[in-house]
Amino acid sequence: MEILEDKPGKKILLLGNEAITRGALEAGVDVATTYPGTPASEIADTFSSIAKYFTKQKKDPGFYFEYSTNEKVALEIAAAASISGLRSLTCMKHVGLNVASDAFMTYMYVGCRGGHIIVSADDPFCHSSQNEQDNRYFALFGGAPMLEPTTPEEAKEMTRIGFEISEQLQSPILLRTTTRLNHARGPVKLDKLQKPRKKGHFEKSQMWVTTPVIARIRHPELLKMLEKAEKISEKSEFNKIINIGRPREWGIVTSGVSFNYVKEASEDLKLDVKILKLGMTHPLPRKMCESFIKSCKNIVIVEELEPFLENQLKEIAYDIGSNAKIYGKSTGHFSRLYEYNPDIVIEAFSKIFNVKNPIVKPNPSTIKLPRRPPVLCPGCPHRATYYAAKKAQPKDVIYPTDIGCYTLGREKPLEMADVLLCMGSNAGMACGFAVAIDQKIISFMGDSTFFHAAIPAIIDAVHHNHDVVITVLDNRTTAMTGHQPHPGTDFDGMGCPAKRIPVEDVVKGCGVEHIEIVDPNNIKATTEAFKRAVDFKGPAVVISKSPCILLENSFKRKRGEKIYTYEINQNECKQCKTCIGRFGCPAIYFAQDSSIHIDIQQCNGCGNCATVCPFGAIHRKEDLK
Amino acid sequence: MKDKINIVLTGIGGQGVITAANLLGKAAVAAGVNVFVSEIHGMAQRGGSVNCTVRLGNVSGPLVPSGTADVILSTEPAEALRYIHFSNKKTKIITDVTPIIPFTVATGDEKYPPVEKIFEELKKYAEVYTVDATKIATNAGAIVTKNVVMLGALAGADILPFKSNVLLNVILENVPEKYKQINQKAFELGVKSIKK
Repeated sequence: MEILEDKPGKKILLLGNEAITRGALEAGVDVATTYPGTPASEIADTFSSIAKYFTKQKKDPGFYFEYSTNEKVALEIAAAASISGLRSLTCMKHVGLNVASDAFMTYMYVGCRGGHIIVSADDPFCHSSQNEQDNRYFALFGGAPMLEPTTPEEAKEMTRIGFEISEQLQSPILLRTTTRLNHARGPVKLDKLQKPRKKGHFEKSQMWVTTPVIARIRHPELLKMLEKAEKISEKSEFNKIINIGRPREWGIVTSGVSFNYVKEASEDLKLDVKILKLGMTHPLPRKMCESFIKSCKNIVIVEELEPFLENQLKEIAYDIGSNAKIYGKSTGHFSRLYEYNPDIVIEAFSKIFNVKNPIVKPNPSTIKLPRRPPVLCPGCPHRATYYAAKKAQPKDVIYPTDIGCYTLGREKPLEMADVLLCMGSNAGMACGFAVAIDQKIISFMGDSTFFHAAIPAIIDAVHHNHDVVITVLDNRTTAMTGHQPHPGTDFDGMGCPAKRIPVEDVVKGCGVEHIEIVDPNNIKATTEAFKRAVDFKGPAVVISKSPCILLENSFKRKRGEKIYTYEINQNECKQCKTCIGRFGCPAIYFAQDSSIHIDIQQCNGCGNCATVCPFGAIHRKEDLK
Repeated sequence: MKDKINIVLTGIGGQGVITAANLLGKAAVAAGVNVFVSEIHGMAQRGGSVNCTVRLGNVSGPLVPSGTADVILSTEPAEALRYIHFSNKKTKIITDVTPIIPFTVATGDEKYPPVEKIFEELKKYAEVYTVDATKIATNAGAIVTKNVVMLGALAGADILPFKSNVLLNVILENVPEKYKQINQKAFELGVKSIKK
């Protein structure tokens, strides 16, 4: 594996996320934990493939890695390891830190011993997320020192050096990234790999036990740590000034991926500016910021999302009595919304610096293109479950949904995703709707989501006898984020056998009395099961079991098994459109003459279209895929 | 050779667009050329429109400003037009000819324009090269090598700041032994397809 090469000085192309993993390996990380989530997933997936690579050869990878049940558990495991003196890393998407925040906020009080990097992968523009919250405020909120990389190479360096800073401060460090760093590839210069130390030792001390008395002792210690961290920030190689042209009174302050756009825009517009590039953005290097502000008459702040730097810089400017004009979000030159790109920064600069915008955008085309939203894959078992649930109760139903592939059930023709907040919210909201309204409630979530955050809500449904149908779409994987294992699978993230926890056992243990276990590919039986669940007064859980078709077909290919495809017999087809207009498989399409066909390149061979066709016009093709 | 080269790769999730961008990035590193690649994972991949960018030379980040693409390399005609804001008169648009009809058309909500009209429209914006990559890939031995055919076409278009062999070698290093021959054929046919 290229990422394991111990060749200092060699340059290899790495994804930002892979670079973070490499940085951890160069720091000799002992324990890595996660719950998968875009755009963070490949950090952990890289640990997982390295671990599997060693496990296959019956060798020890040197580190322990797990896909934890949720982000809170992931953080707690790594915190314990770090408190025992081991180096640990926990990675998650931005909203994952909300889940882990209960542990995070008090962990900042007690601190750690071995270095601990907590990666928060933010998602400006919500490419794959339910919100675009700016997690830099978690650094302020909890009191965590924070690093923000600009390129994959810097991500690797910040991870490697971040462990040292963490140990120096005896505090976990937040490594805050954004999608354009996580999913950008760039050349990364390798350093030496370090061997992990393997076993830690826990020194007992009452300081680890955050009773009120101890918490009151720890809080001032946290503030002292931040003073020390500020001194490190002043000297940090990650905070630096870069001159473009012959700068005099204009300065730009920026961090993260925004630096890329700032640098190129400044060069392209031939500006004379000095850029304060901040890599350690909490605590800010106050003295460095003071002297930068003093040296400028005009300062432009460029940062995605919230005015995190802008407000702090203004505070510093006020304290030192500076009259420098500060341009940014408050002057309306930059937005608090979405992610930035070269166009946005060049446009804002051309206004602020009063220069011509060199970008010539061609006129938009007058041809209207069809939208191409993401959809449930052809052959996805969730589609069959949805279809059956709708047949069982066609009208007057509210469908709370959850985080995962099933949000795609929102698209036509299914339209079976009515409300969504966060991981596990389907079940809690189902209970609330049962209290608030008279309509039937059928909620949906995946198996990984069930283990992650939905169990307390199911217990609530049982204890308060809420009249709901809660559906677990059990496809035996965490599909949307790239097929990671979870507590319901019989192997773990290191490729070792693991104890599988069946969803139904947990549901039974929660006290649910009406449980239906179905194979959604038997649409008739699934429809009957939903009917019984809807008729039951009180909480019913439907567990719909069928593996993710992408995973299943890849296993079939590996085993050399046949994957059949299906075709529509044009003589038998009455063009009733059930397969397209109701079932909605994206492999089925209208030809120019409005006859209906199956695209064999897309068909994954589930055969459910043949079941739903009222005229029996769809047949398995004899020639194989 | 230009100071900066901006390449926009477009297509549909599952067509190997991200893989193609990654291979191009690896080839640049092998050739000692500075490079940044941008891609979008996760939800965007489930049959959705995919857009990656590869920037070579004196660049500090992976995103391409509007109107500055040197090439738009598309594995699907409508997707080339969707990202036309990256083009200027000198941009080379290299696109496959086979439309993939999105599901929004099947449900009757939207229309896919006649493919000839798409080509006419593209020609109003830039230099257009059409490649029947679907057919070429099938002839080479596997339709999944369509992205490699497109990379071949790109290598044949005299834009890359390194020899086409560098790219071919990187491709061959990254496919299993038994598929090497098919990929080599796909790449070479791709190169030829553009040098008519």
